[in-house]
Amino acid sequence: MRPFSYQRATDPDLAVQALSAAAAANNPLTQAAAQPLAGGTTLIDLMKLDVMRPAALVDINPLASGWSAIESKGDGLRLGALAKMSDVAAHTEIQRNYPVIANSLNLAASAQLRNMATLGGNVMQRTRCSYFRDVSYENCNKRNPGSGCAAMDGVNRMHAVLGTSDQCIATYPGDFAQALIALDAMVEITGRSGTRNVPFADLHKAPGSTPDIETTLQPGELISAFSVPGRWPRSVYLKARDRQSYEFALSSAAVALDVQDGTIRDARVALGGVATVPWRAREAEALLKGQKFDDDLAQRVAAAAFADARGRQHNSFKIALGKRVVARALQQAVTMEVRS
Amino acid sequence: MSEKPGSGRSGFDRRAFIAGAAGSALVPMTARAATQDASVSAAQDPALPVDVTLRVNGKDKRLHIDARTTVLDALREHLKLTGSKKGCDHGQCGACTVLIDDRRVVSCLTLALAAEGQEITTIEGLATDDHLHPMQQAFVDNDAFQCGYCTPGQIMSAVACVKEGHAGSEADIREYMSGNICRCAAYPNIVAAVKQAAPEIMKG
Repeated sequence: MRPFSYQRATDPDLAVQALSAAAAANNPLTQAAAQPLAGGTTLIDLMKLDVMRPAALVDINPLASGWSAIESKGDGLRLGALAKMSDVAAHTEIQRNYPVIANSLNLAASAQLRNMATLGGNVMQRTRCSYFRDVSYENCNKRNPGSGCAAMDGVNRMHAVLGTSDQCIATYPGDFAQALIALDAMVEITGRSGTRNVPFADLHKAPGSTPDIETTLQPGELISAFSVPGRWPRSVYLKARDRQSYEFALSSAAVALDVQDGTIRDARVALGGVATVPWRAREAEALLKGQKFDDDLAQRVAAAAFADARGRQHNSFKIALGKRVVARALQQAVTMEVRS
Repeated sequence: MSEKPGSGRSGFDRRAFIAGAAGSALVPMTARAATQDASVSAAQDPALPVDVTLRVNGKDKRLHIDARTTVLDALREHLKLTGSKKGCDHGQCGACTVLIDDRRVVSCLTLALAAEGQEITTIEGLATDDHLHPMQQAFVDNDAFQCGYCTPGQIMSAVACVKEGHAGSEADIREYMSGNICRCAAYPNIVAAVKQAAPEIMKG
């Protein structure tokens, strides 16, 4: 690991100030010389691998006293960005009113990592693309823009089939983000000029021609909270993976439904493990609204969700798998018992 | 170790940043200026060691270490507490699991500097006098290891698993112990050990 200076930020202004000090113009956040340290489960790992090379770490954990609250206010939810994954997953109101959030957190990582990792850090985690994580591969447009993509014609079984470009097919690895994007969450961002709120759907950027730019966050900005409107007691997160626990998704689906008298009034579908960014399947949602659920509808919805999917040599199986995951998640959401 | 300070494509100069940080109102952790007074600040040279006090198994330990040192390396290399094991060193295997403020974490991804002021419990801190902790005894009773390398991490994780209330069924134990890999595959015996120790631990 390269040397870095370590600083502890005792209030948000100081954190923003320290991170901004290192913000050079046109410097993608992922390459910024100063990086915030929260749980460290991505950052320290990638620093050991020499993928991330910050000159300074700004430890923002002291901000947890103000930035880790879990507030369920009847018709909405606010989650502090420094809340730990394990604490949010174990919160009884989240389990009852937002099972898709609780499940997405509980099915991620291990108990140890969930005790460390924060919500803000979780949505900022970097791809698990093995060519990105191994600096002995020269060709990675995310690490070295313009160098090419070793995954494109490499061993790309784990890679994305949606939202890809000819520059990058790295999968967005998280789970929680799919729940957030499905539920129309907002993200609160704290920067030099105070806070701003943006739709969570606008946080991540598809790779396009700049795979090194992963989010719309600027250096010097920190995620301070997430908010979710409404309540979604009829919601599930289904995750298919190579082993039963402690593994990234091959394909996952976040599904939330509002069903009244057998008719689907509102439907949310988001996909994980198959896309380059947290992926909302709006065309699939449109097919569900106003309908009564049956297996045929589930198949059509699943097909719509993957209509634009493009597989490569080793990952085309994700398209077939992903459709089945969507259909099964819908089935589970429709049939789950919901306490009124 | 660093070969090329200042490398990377950002064009950002590391020394310039360090100099620039001198004027900020943060709390840099340096050998010369480890202070809680946020108005006092000094440029930190990352090449210099830092003073850190870690509280390990109930005792304060003063260390003079590289800022890059993880809790795991602080324990093993500086405090000679070699019970916590280094498996993958990337947070994937669980061999380095310790408790920090009673929560299980992987010590290989925790910077020692960031753990200052927190209570670290290692496998060496579990037994009292000549009595093994119930989870240690259960691992012995159930032959819950073969080579033993993952065992300290398994035991620390298992203690937390029980206290979290995640040892109510074999399925729960398997799920909530999945962050600890055992390449000898002693899993059935580990599950049996956790089941045995759980009631005694919950009794207090």
